[in-house]
Amino acid sequence: MTSTQIDGLMPVVIMMIAAVVLFVGGHFASVLLSPKKPTLQKNTPYECGEVPVGTAWSAFNVRFYVVGLIFIIFDVESVLMFPVATVFNQLVKEGNGIFILVEFLVFIVILITGIVYCWKKGDLDWVRSYQVSSQKQVASKAKKVSA
Amino acid sequence: MNQTIVSYLAQYEFFDFLIKIFGENSLLLTTLIFAIAAGVFVAVAATIGGLGTYAERKISADIQMRLGPNRVGPYGLLQFLADGVKMITKEDVMPNSADKFLFYLAPMLCLVGVFATLAVLPISSGFTLVDLNVGVFYLIAISSLVGLGVFLGGYASNSKWSMLGGMRGASQIISYEIPVTLSVLAITLTAGSMSFGNIVSQQEGFITNWFIFHNPFSFLAFFIYFVGAMAETNRAPFDLPEAESELVSGYHTEYTGMRFGFFALAEYIEVFVVSGVAAALFLGGYNLPVHVSIDILPIQFIQVTILVGKALALYYVIIWVRWTFPRLRVDHLMSICWKYLTPIAIFNLIGSAIWMVAFRGQSIVQILGH
Repeated sequence: MTSTQIDGLMPVVIMMIAAVVLFVGGHFASVLLSPKKPTLQKNTPYECGEVPVGTAWSAFNVRFYVVGLIFIIFDVESVLMFPVATVFNQLVKEGNGIFILVEFLVFIVILITGIVYCWKKGDLDWVRSYQVSSQKQVASKAKKVSA
Repeated sequence: MNQTIVSYLAQYEFFDFLIKIFGENSLLLTTLIFAIAAGVFVAVAATIGGLGTYAERKISADIQMRLGPNRVGPYGLLQFLADGVKMITKEDVMPNSADKFLFYLAPMLCLVGVFATLAVLPISSGFTLVDLNVGVFYLIAISSLVGLGVFLGGYASNSKWSMLGGMRGASQIISYEIPVTLSVLAITLTAGSMSFGNIVSQQEGFITNWFIFHNPFSFLAFFIYFVGAMAETNRAPFDLPEAESELVSGYHTEYTGMRFGFFALAEYIEVFVVSGVAAALFLGGYNLPVHVSIDILPIQFIQVTILVGKALALYYVIIWVRWTFPRLRVDHLMSICWKYLTPIAIFNLIGSAIWMVAFRGQSIVQILGH
């Protein structure tokens, strides 16, 4: 009675601690056993034998940001759908099947609208920006030639 | 109330004896049991992860008509221990320009994310560390830590290859999480529960009771889940974050020694976890093919064997796929996820919902049986 009603999250915390302990232990063993002879060349980032030029922390392609944004939208939607999915069966058995189905579909249609919008905007195409610019260039060249 | 290994053991007589020893201090007893169970879990998982590297090399050798590792121990079985010793004794190199704190943190995040998912992996009806009532949800949420670890590993190294690998890894892992989540959602909808114990117990009995054969949509959901899980664990043909022919070694280019080892260990354990979850959600989990009403300890061990067997079969398939298919291109990867898998998963979810309403939650076998 007493010990069985412990919060279920305790094993989760213990597993996380176990992972940290394993990591720190392995790291500690490696510090004890491994050689430590750093040189300037050894500690430069690997760039196929060349001396690295500049830092890697520079501006990055904006496509990754767009992917992140789309992900957040979908992730929040799926988070909101989990409770509905859990009680879905129960409501069907109570006779509210059509009601819950329509509610569910309305929600999913909003989701589908989102993905269709992204698709039409071209945000799901990975190489989109290059294609557009090259097509524009081809079009402007064709105009010049015709003129 | 969450079913845990402690509440399972509490039904046996020796537990009363333990309570007598510990007296009123039952919290200590619970913590101790959890700690011992967690220790066993970690040891078994690390062994499975280590043997995973061995299996990978041996199966690839088999597919490519080579011999594979065969020097250390019988059939080279102890190769992973030799590799572990080698990694511990290797020099730990860190680039001078790296972000030192994040560089340390990244492999640990991967390991923590994977080990935390092990806590809800339903290996048997009693020995599961904890059967959370939001188990599936928790699993999807906590496994995102691995993506964070991959990205931070690439970012903190301050190397261009690592940065490219980390960025690819982050975008790939978060993208493929959507189809995986939606296909798991279809199963949640079919089972009407987020707890692993409940989902597995509904699949009790013969193969026809498995959720993969529940309706055509759950059949499809299994394959979406499996492809998505393969991409989420960075397994070939989706191993773009560490594509060795383009990015040297991707996000762990700058990692050496034990820290690289932890990245590898986390990856191999994660493959086992996603195989185990696929087995639990779709392939009947730990259920025996016949109904057993008595609940004794040997039954529990048989259940563990059944689940681990199913998981290892899927593990074999994942390794087999790696050595059979070529790697995808990064734009193909994204279009497969967003233009194929995600729409299919959404319509799969709608189909499951309509099926549940139209046939009042009956499986296809039940309908055909009438």
